[in-house]
Amino acid sequence: MSGSALKKEKQVPGRFGLYGGRYVPETLMAALEQLEREYDKAKRDKKFRAEFERLLKEYAGRPTALFHAARLTKELGGAKIYLKREDLLHTGAHKINNCLGQALLAIRMGKKRIIAETGAGQHGVATATVCALFGLQCVVYMGTEDMRRQELNVFRMRLLGAEVRGVESGSRTLKDAINEAMRDWVTNVRDTHYLLGSVLGAHPYPTMVRDFHSVIGREARAQILKAEGRLPAAIIACVGGGSNAIGIFHEFLKDKKVKLIGVEAGGRGHELGDHAARFRGGLPGVLQGTFSYVLQDAHGQIGLTHSISAGLDYPSIGPEHAALADSKRAEYVAASDTEALEACTRLARTEGIIPALESSHAVAECIKRAPKMKKSEIVIVNISGRGDKDIGILRENLKIG
Amino acid sequence: MTRKPGPSSIQRKPTPDGPISRSPDVPIASPDHRITRSFKTKPALVAYVTCGDPDIATTRDIILAACHGGADIIELGVPFSDPVADGPVIQRASERALKQGTALEDVLRMAAEVRQKTDAGLIVFTYLNPMLRFGMERFCVEAAKAGVDGALILDLTVEEAGDYRRAMAAHNLDTVFLAAPTSPDQRLKAIAEACKGFVYAVSRTGITGTQKQVAADVQGLVKRIRKFTKLPVAVGFGISNAEQFAEVGQFADGVAVGSAIVQLIEQNPGREAQAVERFVRGLKSGIESAATSQS
Repeated sequence: MSGSALKKEKQVPGRFGLYGGRYVPETLMAALEQLEREYDKAKRDKKFRAEFERLLKEYAGRPTALFHAARLTKELGGAKIYLKREDLLHTGAHKINNCLGQALLAIRMGKKRIIAETGAGQHGVATATVCALFGLQCVVYMGTEDMRRQELNVFRMRLLGAEVRGVESGSRTLKDAINEAMRDWVTNVRDTHYLLGSVLGAHPYPTMVRDFHSVIGREARAQILKAEGRLPAAIIACVGGGSNAIGIFHEFLKDKKVKLIGVEAGGRGHELGDHAARFRGGLPGVLQGTFSYVLQDAHGQIGLTHSISAGLDYPSIGPEHAALADSKRAEYVAASDTEALEACTRLARTEGIIPALESSHAVAECIKRAPKMKKSEIVIVNISGRGDKDIGILRENLKIG
Repeated sequence: MTRKPGPSSIQRKPTPDGPISRSPDVPIASPDHRITRSFKTKPALVAYVTCGDPDIATTRDIILAACHGGADIIELGVPFSDPVADGPVIQRASERALKQGTALEDVLRMAAEVRQKTDAGLIVFTYLNPMLRFGMERFCVEAAKAGVDGALILDLTVEEAGDYRRAMAAHNLDTVFLAAPTSPDQRLKAIAEACKGFVYAVSRTGITGTQKQVAADVQGLVKRIRKFTKLPVAVGFGISNAEQFAEVGQFADGVAVGSAIVQLIEQNPGREAQAVERFVRGLKSGIESAATSQS
């Protein structure tokens, strides 16, 4: 049904196979077209690229290390495990890459007001940070349920001078924050840039956000070749909207022997409303500007989701992931809340690294998969963020005094 | 009921050089085309209701009362869980309707009942995902059978609408698209060419909901749209009282009122239909008095 309704030629910009596109109220179309034009110009502009790269290096702290997790490797007794340390970046997650890029674009477009949505608060913090850096006005929408569970990040955003607006509708999580940000954008589109935080939304966002994060994979590929002289057998990353995953996957797409594994939130069960595993229960549909897999009911109403990690708690997934799943170039699995908590503790105790609960899902998959792999094989896990923001939830759940 | 395609002086043929996919099989509306007739008394009143709020039976009564009160076209709002183009009033109504379990098929079933009793234009007003789940082709078949005249999909722009337009045209259903103050002329041209029935001009950059003043640039938008089409132009978003209705009615062929009606429904439990009928009548009589005072 939806396939035939939305069939497009392969080469249409903003399409990933059947997925992607631009499904927004007409009011936003001019702004999306402007953003697309401006981004096309900027990415060919040497000055823009040099400034972006300078900020990634001097402000965000790139390149991030690729660290050999020797004790975890030994404990699991299989593949040699490397961790891509995006958690070491300024503000504590990969999100800053995209925020720097989009803020530079907003300045080029003369837009002085920035709005953003946030789930776990990492994108909100990164947005508030770049707005402070460039002197831009910043409004962040956040579901009140997420504000409760990521309270520390709410405070950080406010400390950085951003206005955090709580969203009470729906499940009061990321999806509802995006709805509210889109409503703000429709209303203030002439002077406002919507700094979308994942590879979601209408074209050009999925492509542009991917490009800004693709530095993760370029670094990782060069680093592993330098350290080992060969490519990894597998790369594992968690997938909410999917920005850190596509960021590390992209450079390896043409290396067909490198398995790409995305880990969704398996939550607390298999029923609609208990998880955020779009490839386990979702169907193609349109949500918030893009055509992709969507958790929904028989009438096309968007399903509720659950995950212990606010950053993965979202009913749709970036359209490029949908295409990668259909073509089987990437494989998508899920890790449960419990598995993520265990993985978080385990990495903390074997390597002295507390990963964000989002990234802990990727670690959980590594724990399952590495023992079944050969010792001669290499696996890279993208540690997309650090767990400081999750200390409250970890304390609630881990009962370690 | 079948609509016969025939020659028309009302609707112009699409020009062959449009930027979007052509639909050569699009029949040209005849003068007895219902939406065209709905715009005979100007300005036509386009009334929006969220179907299933407070429940589908009451919605049917509200619609019939609105028609009795003088509404020319009814927009049948299909509730959606994530209405990004809607303000708080329609968001709340959608939540109430979804709690009742209202689905697109309920809306179409009710439309068929309404069609037995009124000749007002009926336009399904929806977000794309419920229609995709329902099935585009199935929607066209069922909507035509129910006596619905067309649809407006809030988050479907002309670029993505090729297949939708073909399917709708094959069933003689009108496709109404939004035109926004931010749309440059090039987009307005494509929108005007993709529209059948009428063009829906969004009065301001923003979401649905009442506001104190009508946006200043909406008249300019209507003028720009008219450069590209002879179709009627209806203006909506933010129009909530007789004064604004009359003001917009001076330059638009139709005026859409939504949130104000939905709010009345919210505030008048048990007597929704009477409240809406009285309000609609008031909007229409405001026009009459404005017309009298002008002449």
